[in-house]
Formats: sequence, structure tokens, C-alpha cells
Amino acid sequence: MSTTTLTPPLAKGDADARIGLRGHVRHTSALVRRNLLWIRQDPESMFDAVLMPIVFTLLFVYVFGGSIGQALGGGQDQYVQYVVPGMMAMMSMNIAMAVGTGFNQDFQTGIMDRFRTLPIGQGSVLFAKIVVELMRMLIATTIMMIVGVLVGFDITNWGGLIAAVALSALFGSSIMWIFLVLGVTMKSAQSVQAMGFLVLMPLQFGSSIFAPTQSMPGWLQAFTDYNPLSSLADSARGLMVGGPVAHDVWVTVGWSVVLTLVMAPIAIHKFRTKS
Amino acid sequence: MTRIDKNPGSAGSAVTVRGLVKHYGETKALDGVDVDVREGTVLGVLGPNGAGKTTLVRCLSTLVKPDAGTAVVAGYDVVRQPRQLRRAIGLTGQYAAVDEKLSGRENLYMIGRLLDLSRKEARARADGLLERFSLTEAAKRPASTYSGGMRRRLDLAASMIGSPAVLYLDEPTTGLDPRTRNEVWAEVKRMVGDGVTVLLTTQYMEEAEQLASELTVIDRGKVIAKGGIEELKAKVGGRTLRIRPADPLELSPLADALDDLGLTGIATSTVDTETGTVLVPILSDEQLTAVVGAVTARGITIGSIGTELPSLDEVFLSITGQKASAPQEVRPELEEVAV
Repeated sequence: MSTTTLTPPLAKGDADARIGLRGHVRHTSALVRRNLLWIRQDPESMFDAVLMPIVFTLLFVYVFGGSIGQALGGGQDQYVQYVVPGMMAMMSMNIAMAVGTGFNQDFQTGIMDRFRTLPIGQGSVLFAKIVVELMRMLIATTIMMIVGVLVGFDITNWGGLIAAVALSALFGSSIMWIFLVLGVTMKSAQSVQAMGFLVLMPLQFGSSIFAPTQSMPGWLQAFTDYNPLSSLADSARGLMVGGPVAHDVWVTVGWSVVLTLVMAPIAIHKFRTKS
Repeated sequence: MTRIDKNPGSAGSAVTVRGLVKHYGETKALDGVDVDVREGTVLGVLGPNGAGKTTLVRCLSTLVKPDAGTAVVAGYDVVRQPRQLRRAIGLTGQYAAVDEKLSGRENLYMIGRLLDLSRKEARARADGLLERFSLTEAAKRPASTYSGGMRRRLDLAASMIGSPAVLYLDEPTTGLDPRTRNEVWAEVKRMVGDGVTVLLTTQYMEEAEQLASELTVIDRGKVIAKGGIEELKAKVGGRTLRIRPADPLELSPLADALDDLGLTGIATSTVDTETGTVLVPILSDEQLTAVVGAVTARGITIGSIGTELPSLDEVFLSITGQKASAPQEVRPELEEVAV
């Protein structure tokens, strides 16, 4: 190593020190602020979080509610109790997908090069994206619950409701890491979105989110039984309206932890080394 | 146009690159490059599209990991000490690295916070830089509404927030119109005046001549020439002699006299009526003496005489031996993003 007389400016504390927790929090919150300013600048970007829960809840309740409700041994009211917790699971998936497209768009400009040449924790950029999407997810869930109550959902267990929201957020954030990997590896935001739909549609519909799986053919049931979205939807349902939950909650938590442990390092590594 | 080297040899090395290699499959973007930038000076890295300039900058700013070789910037190794190194550098690339949806002030504030300034410090630094780069009036507007020049100035301001010791300017005026280009040049000169060490990549001779004191010419991932600008030009050989006769009426007799001299193998003289001078290329001091002798013999009084070095375009041409590879006349918008 050659010696020079230069001392790096702005070296607060020891330049060799690793970035501490406070540093990570400061960097992440500066980047969260950036993403929130985006929303202020471009309110239309909130359309999906605001309108999707309204449209989807109304569609499912009024289009399928009558017939599936009958199959459940009740009517539309019965279906509302069934589908609203499921919608919560679906909502967390759809919002999670948006993180990938937004991340990809950032790479179309030079701003990512700027971030990657700053002395910040390289995960901060990704953490900030996840924090902002979780905020959006919370807004979408709140709106969905309001619409749900308006069409007849009966909140019996507030504690369970909060637990279900937390579980959806946990699972949603683990899925976000997958979309961050897609966002950093795929060429355009459109392909990220197309890819997202391709993966999410079968997962969402091939699950217990919208309808009970008993009437599905055996091979599909085998798929839905192992589909983590079924576990998430069944957990949310159990927590919000009652029923056995422990097994499904653990399965969902397990999926979340494994997905995060596998995908987060990949996403951060790809972000750091993208050329 | 003569220029004096900015204190050669008076400072240590801010950037030391040895044998840097980066291959992308078959493409040798960098094929063993040595670069030195002395503290407080501007090094121009000159080369055509695809020469490896951007890859060099990306290696030196920790965006790309080199395959081999070493690079030390401000005392830090690019591979082993990336985090410390990032504190010491600023980067302004071909694309303005600003968030278009944020206002100018918010952009600078964000970078300040990411550089661990307190909220108050970050605000003060942002306002100071907005003022300095003449962006105060546009401070609250989203950067997407800025003109190309304003965006580039904001980008430069963002690079300066951390008061970097070393600043990389990767083709800073590519895609800008001449007026805006001059604005950017003026800003860069001011920053250099403040003592920042600059590594500038460019494919425009004029830009290197304007900003850099030393030059490294690269082509296809290899250094093909390096040295002071004057030195390089002299190495290429050939000067142009510019003579102004005391009596403007003697302009064409002077030109005839020079042509009659028939300096071997060189083009004939040209008359520049605008400045009242005659230009003739010479190869050696002997030829210079011969010219003066011949002019005096004809009884023409010389008003003034001087030699000029050839333009950098000619320098590049004679080193690389290739004419068309560098599109010097066209200023393409997008190029060499990720080689």
C-alpha cells in the first residue's frame, strides 16, 4: 500500500469502523424519506395501494360471494368472513411485487451508482425500499379492512387481527427480497412486473385465499397444501375469525425466515456487484 | 496557446493504478492500465468510445471489481478498503446521478444525511452548494424540471457534499450543448482551484486541453501515451510557425517566400488574413532558423513570430494511427455505459 499525505475529509470517528446500527438507521431513514417524497411528488403511485383493496374486495364479495358462500353452507355473509382474511394475504403479495419494479426503475438512472459509491451500509437502499412498501402494505390493509367491514365483515378478535396483519407483513417482506432480486437482475421494470404476475397468479389462485381447497382436484390440493400463501391465508383466517392456527402460523413464519435468510444476502450481493 | 503545468512534482500521488485488468468475457475493457494522478492536479484520460475509460472510473469508485492489478485512491485500496475509499471520492458520470423526482435541495440534503452529516449540517451544506452552483432559485423544483446543464451542476454539487479529496468526472460534458459545456468547465475549474484532485475522462481534445494538466491516452484497454499535455504534443513532433509581417501588405510576399523555401515534406504555408499572419509547419529548430533567414533575405520585416503546438486531435491521430474510431465531431447522447 502506498502512503500518501491525504486524509479523507468528513471522517467522523474512525474511518475504519464498521457502520454501526445508528448509522444504518440514519442511512435507511434518509432513503425512506426519499421514497416518501416520491409519493408526495407522484401521488398516482399510491393508486394500487388505495384502489386495489377496494376493487378486489368488492369484486370477490359480490361476484363469488353468493355461490361460494352457499357451498360453505351459508351465503354471502359467510364468504365475507372467509375471503377478507384471504384478501389480506393477497394484498401483501401484490404490494410486495411493486418493490421490484420500483427498484428496477432506480437502476435506469444514475442514482444507484451514486448510492453505491457512498460510504453507507449497502443494505440500506434495500431496507428503505422494504420499509416504504410495508407502510404501503399497512395502508392497503387498512383500506381493505374498512371495505371489508362495510360489506359485512365482523371483527371479533382485535388482537388476532393485529397478529394477522403482522404475519402478513412478515411474510410480505420476505417475498419482497425475491422481488428485489428480480428487480436488480431483470432488464426492465416491465419484465419484473410480467415475471411477478406469472409467479404470483398461480400462487394466489392455487391457494386457499379465495376458496376452500376441498373441492379442488387431488393434484391441485397437493400443491395448495404446500403453498405458503395457503398457510398465510389460513393463519390470518384462524387469527381473525377463529379456528386452529398454530400449525399454519409456524409454517408461515418458517417460510418467511427461510426466504429472508436465502434471498436477502443474494439481493444485497447482486445490488453491490451489478455492473 | 501555451499553458504552464500546474506545479509539477510538488505533490504526492492521489491516485495510483498499477496493471489494472478488467475483462468482460472476450472484451478486454482494461488490459493492464497504469495511471497516476498527482494530488491537486487534473489528469485527463483520453480515448475513443469503448477505450475503457468508464470501466476505469467504475473500478476506481468501487462499482466494479478489477480482475487483477492494484488501485490506491487517497491512500485506500479499492478492493480491500472500499468503505474508507468511498468517503474520499466523488463521482459525476455521464448520466446525472440525481433523483429526478426530488428537488435540488432534497437531493443534496439526502446525500448529506447519507454522509453522516447532522440534519442541520446537511441543510446548511445543501444551501451552500445550491448557492455556489447557482441553483438557489430552482432549489425547490423537482430535478426533472431542470435543464441539462442545471442537472449536471446539481450532480457536481452532489459529488462535492462530502468534500472529496478525489473527484472523478466521467465524460462530464457528453450530451451538453457548447454553452452548457462551458458552464460545466467553469465549475470544474473552480473546484480544481479549491484543491480537489480530478480524474477526468473525455473523448474531446478540447476538454482535456481546457481542464487537464496531464494526459493519459488509452485505447482498447491499454495506455498508449502519457505525459504533460505540452510534452505529449512535442513528442508527436511538428510545430506550426506563425509569422506576422510588420507591414500587412507584405502578407502574400511572405507566404510566397515560405513556399519557395520548400521545407521538405511539409505542406505549404497558409495565410490567415483575419490575424494578418502566415502559418507554416516546421519539424525542427534548423527549419525555424532557415525560415527566419529566408524571410530576412527577402527584406521582409517580421512584426512578431511564434510557434504553436498541434491540436490534441492531431496528437491522438498520430499516436493511435486511427482516424475514425473516435467520433470527435459527433457528441453522442448515450455511450459506453457499461462496457
